[in-house]
Amino acid sequence: MQTRIRGRVWKFGDDVDTDVMAPWNTISAPWEDRRGSVLHIRPGFADQVRPGDLIVAGRNWGCGSSREHAPENLKLLGIGAVVAESFGRIYFRNCIAIAFPNLVCPGIAAACEEGDELEVDIESGRVQNLTRGTGLEGEGYARDMLEIVEKGGLMKVLEERLGGGGDAPQ
Amino acid sequence: MMAMTMAEKVLARASGRKSVSAGDFVTATADRVMAHEAFTLCGLQLLKLGVERLADPDKVIVILDHYFPAPTEQMARGHAVARQLVERFGVRHFLGYAGVCHQVLVEQGHIHPGQLVFGTDSHSTTYGAVGAAGTGLGLTEVSYVLATGEIWLRVPPTIRFVFGGEAPPGIMSKDVVLQVAGSFGTEVAQYRAIEFAGPAAARMSVASRLTMANMGVELGAKFAFFEADEITCAYLRERTDEPISPFGPDVGACYEAVHEIDISGLEPQIACPHNPGNTKPVSEIGEVRVDQAFLGSCTNARVEDLAVAAEILAGRKVHPGTRLLVTPASSRVLLDATRAGYTETLLEAGAHLTTPGCGACPGGHGGLLAPGEVCLSSTNRNFLGRMGSAEAEVYLGSPASVAAAAVAGRIVDPREFWNGTTIG
Repeated sequence: MQTRIRGRVWKFGDDVDTDVMAPWNTISAPWEDRRGSVLHIRPGFADQVRPGDLIVAGRNWGCGSSREHAPENLKLLGIGAVVAESFGRIYFRNCIAIAFPNLVCPGIAAACEEGDELEVDIESGRVQNLTRGTGLEGEGYARDMLEIVEKGGLMKVLEERLGGGGDAPQ
Repeated sequence: MMAMTMAEKVLARASGRKSVSAGDFVTATADRVMAHEAFTLCGLQLLKLGVERLADPDKVIVILDHYFPAPTEQMARGHAVARQLVERFGVRHFLGYAGVCHQVLVEQGHIHPGQLVFGTDSHSTTYGAVGAAGTGLGLTEVSYVLATGEIWLRVPPTIRFVFGGEAPPGIMSKDVVLQVAGSFGTEVAQYRAIEFAGPAAARMSVASRLTMANMGVELGAKFAFFEADEITCAYLRERTDEPISPFGPDVGACYEAVHEIDISGLEPQIACPHNPGNTKPVSEIGEVRVDQAFLGSCTNARVEDLAVAAEILAGRKVHPGTRLLVTPASSRVLLDATRAGYTETLLEAGAHLTTPGCGACPGGHGGLLAPGEVCLSSTNRNFLGRMGSAEAEVYLGSPASVAAAAVAGRIVDPREFWNGTTIG
């Protein structure tokens, strides 16, 4: 997976929780049926967003539940990355586990407007606003996290660890 | 030897090191892995990779709580697959449908002080009530732990909340933790561990501690510990034959912050829509009609909670404009509450009793809300749309506040009906 992602920005506020990314009564539904409910706090979002777009959010993005459907739904919508002031920690770990780039970047909410084009580097943590010619330093991934994301997620790591033998290691 | 916090002590042992400090990355071995309905997806994911054997099936506990009894055929099929996977992977600790996972694991003595516990549920911080490092993971991470027995963790810094003073009348531990969420915000412990301590915490029952540790995740926490003291050990020794020892931080451990809180002047607290940190004292809430009063969940539906509700509802009736749903946290809770006479009192007052389990709390079944409806709930989250319609409003409060609202038909100060406290 590439560690540098470029795309145009959709902006969200503080405390956007997992339940509005993946309402509980939709999580077992087929993708086409649940697609429209993803981030329903912004009506029409699922239809307006284009593959490769980025989300910029305030504090505590993804607070709440351990449901992996929250980041999975964003990934399925084609979101390239999320950059936020801070994240709910289980959501953030889930993103690493499914190789979906999310970056902590203090100051990001004030540093861009909706529609700006950003380039995000999860390795260095550098976020460049290509529209405004400005830049910010986010928290680049630690080596342990980067390795998982680069391999394509934790199940890929597991597959490699198992060596195709199909037996749990000792 | 370096002095360590509870989080550091657990993670040092679980990663085979003499000591660790906040910020270290470790690979830690789980002592317990709890999976609810997510076990179905975990198991299928592992089979797809050719994993036929779990790292240590005896550490794994499976319990079906979010959708029981199955409200749809699809959920029934999910349960059927879960049971087949339990057989196939040789999981001995299948606890069936005994109630909400966290309540059942603790009340059946599966969780011990100092353990590292992963669960497929964010409220796994609950295990901190008995001194265990419990934390929630998503299904991919839990699948990895099931297969390998271990996973990477960053050792968290710890914030210590030290509670002093005497609990005033009408106060439950829910009010204490809601007040913390309101004053310090829902990110106070983001990427961090919490230690709840001090003389007021030391007097709390295990039930009261479970409520606060449960809501640790609502403060952002990875772990939410209470020291495992004599109260903890006495509770657990009735529930397991394994040796149980006290467990706490080292003297001189290093904390990122220590907050001293005097609970003497505390008023009952209510969290307003749509965030648990949007908390106010009940006196500042104003006129709020309640369509549904919900007493349930792993936060607040234990015998202690049902006892307070019964005390408030004894000789009274649920308001005609309000429905009171009681969903006990476990079958054991329901049995004990029934033997103590609380169930009868609640039913006499007009409460509706539902099957123990998660029920309406995460919005799956068992009491969802219509547009425009208002619910006062003893649960942990009032996110937009969590309990049904996104046009409904959920307020959070203590079991006393829920029972009082059921009588009054609106949010009221529970001290109008009850002057006790569950904080010793």
